[in-house]
Amino acid sequence: MRKTQKKTLITYAIVIIAYIILEIFMKAGMMSSHLKGLLVPMVYYAIAAVALNLCVGILGELSLGHAGFMCVGAFSSAIVSQLLSGAIPDALRFILALIIGVVISALFGMLIGIPVLRLNGDYLAIVTLAFGEIIKNILNSIYLGVDSAGVHLSLKSQMALGLADDGKVLINGAMGITGTPQDSNFTIAIVVLLISLFIVQNMIDSRDGRAIMSIRDNRIASESVGINITKYKMTGFVVSAAIAGAAGVLFSHNIATMQATSQYFGYNVSIMILVYVVLGGIGNIRGSVIAACILYLLPELLRGLNKYRMLIYSIVLIVMMIINWSPALRDKRDKLRKKLMKGAGHGAA
Amino acid sequence: MALLEVTNLSITFGGLRAVDNFNLTMEKGELYGLIGPNGAGKTTVFNLLTGVYKADEGLIKLDGLDITGHRTAEIDRDGIARTFQNIRLFKDLPVIDNVKVGLHNQFNYSTAESMLHCGRYHKVEKEMDEEAMKLLGVFDLDKERDYLSANLPYGKQRKLEIARAMATKPKLLLLDEPAAGMNPNETAELMETIQLIRDKFDMTILLIEHDMKLVSGICEKLTVLNFGRILAHGDTKDVLANPEVIKAYIGE
Repeated sequence: MRKTQKKTLITYAIVIIAYIILEIFMKAGMMSSHLKGLLVPMVYYAIAAVALNLCVGILGELSLGHAGFMCVGAFSSAIVSQLLSGAIPDALRFILALIIGVVISALFGMLIGIPVLRLNGDYLAIVTLAFGEIIKNILNSIYLGVDSAGVHLSLKSQMALGLADDGKVLINGAMGITGTPQDSNFTIAIVVLLISLFIVQNMIDSRDGRAIMSIRDNRIASESVGINITKYKMTGFVVSAAIAGAAGVLFSHNIATMQATSQYFGYNVSIMILVYVVLGGIGNIRGSVIAACILYLLPELLRGLNKYRMLIYSIVLIVMMIINWSPALRDKRDKLRKKLMKGAGHGAA
Repeated sequence: MALLEVTNLSITFGGLRAVDNFNLTMEKGELYGLIGPNGAGKTTVFNLLTGVYKADEGLIKLDGLDITGHRTAEIDRDGIARTFQNIRLFKDLPVIDNVKVGLHNQFNYSTAESMLHCGRYHKVEKEMDEEAMKLLGVFDLDKERDYLSANLPYGKQRKLEIARAMATKPKLLLLDEPAAGMNPNETAELMETIQLIRDKFDMTILLIEHDMKLVSGICEKLTVLNFGRILAHGDTKDVLANPEVIKAYIGE
């Protein structure tokens, strides 16, 4: 078996084992309801981190707007779910909402990519940062409703929609979307995470992925061997936006009232996802998943410590950064791993 | 018909005429040298030929096809591959993947097949692996296939860059100072490699070089550039004996 294949299989195995352990804890009633509520967000942030790592680590372009793509995926899928709720079976509806959320995020990725990815330099970071804020503010001020006469859109108020009696408000301005069916659960979230990992890791080990990484490593050389730079930058970025959209779909189907606030979709959320990516190791997909899980759960689990919570959190951030990025420690870590592998090999023989 | 025909190529940066009225005709199978003092415009000529810069005037014809104004990636597909003066490998990719990026345009499967590893993926990847290993074998790099290319010794990095360029199946290979920074042993080995490519792939090669031993050892013809202009061109021996050339290189 090739080395890369082995690595990807280990990643799937880690996710599945973690899932089984947590499920057992849940079924055995050993988990507080507070912790249970954290599992789905933990997984969708892990998905967002995988998406962002594709953009930052594999494509080599900094994006500060992945929360914006989550926002697009969340709102578009919530609207689909609200419209179709009751009309078709729940499972089918959720799958449809997921697909539409993903496709619309991908479209937004493409819209941003077409002008920006032709340029060389850090333009993408600035444009995506602005995109995240703009999309959030637009969704905050839109009133959208539907009745038998069709779709109504207003920028003023809910009353201005002038809905008929059978009408339904979809987006209620700053009040957001209420009553999206709660379809997300831990199992579905893990399945979406596995699909995202499957797509991203497969892509890295393929013709397209090599082209994308060659652009990251040396754009000029990559052009000189005939790689279409813009095309492959677009491919990487659009896939990344689409997966972030999938994280958004899980988000919207996990929350009773969703508003486009900074708390959920602001740039600080984008930065938080970037922190997961950087601390998990840029270009290291498995690391992103692990870092997202640890760093999302930690502040919540430390709530009991109250005053010292953020202090411990920041110490963990620093320690993780040192472990992942100090050359000496990385050497030691790799040596230790080799030793363990050898030991396991002897044990098996 | 000549493989490469360059006529009246010129480019100006600001007020500086970096390349002025450059002409070059290469027949198929030739090993041609482009020499000149520092700043003479040699690399600029390469950058013009490969579309990195757009020429202000002039015409570039490859195998009868007008490729003037084509973009870099197109020119590679047209049939000109190059290496760089300061090595530009894909340093975080393994050796074999560097060559496989070079093979990119000769093998094909869709993005969907990339993401799902289905359809043609396994078959085409296997073919690519075989083709890449064949090339690495020629350059004696097959043992290092899984090394990160940044971890190769310097001489092997140069070789890998040539292997990657060859993977694109060019008609014409441009080598920009392949012996720069090499010790005499490495240079000797490089000369062998260049001869090998020529014989094995029947390749036409244009190279920039400062190492006169290498130039006089393998190049059949030379063009000498000085201040962007052609100073002399012709058979290697005649050119190197030309007093103008000696003056430009060593001074009076």
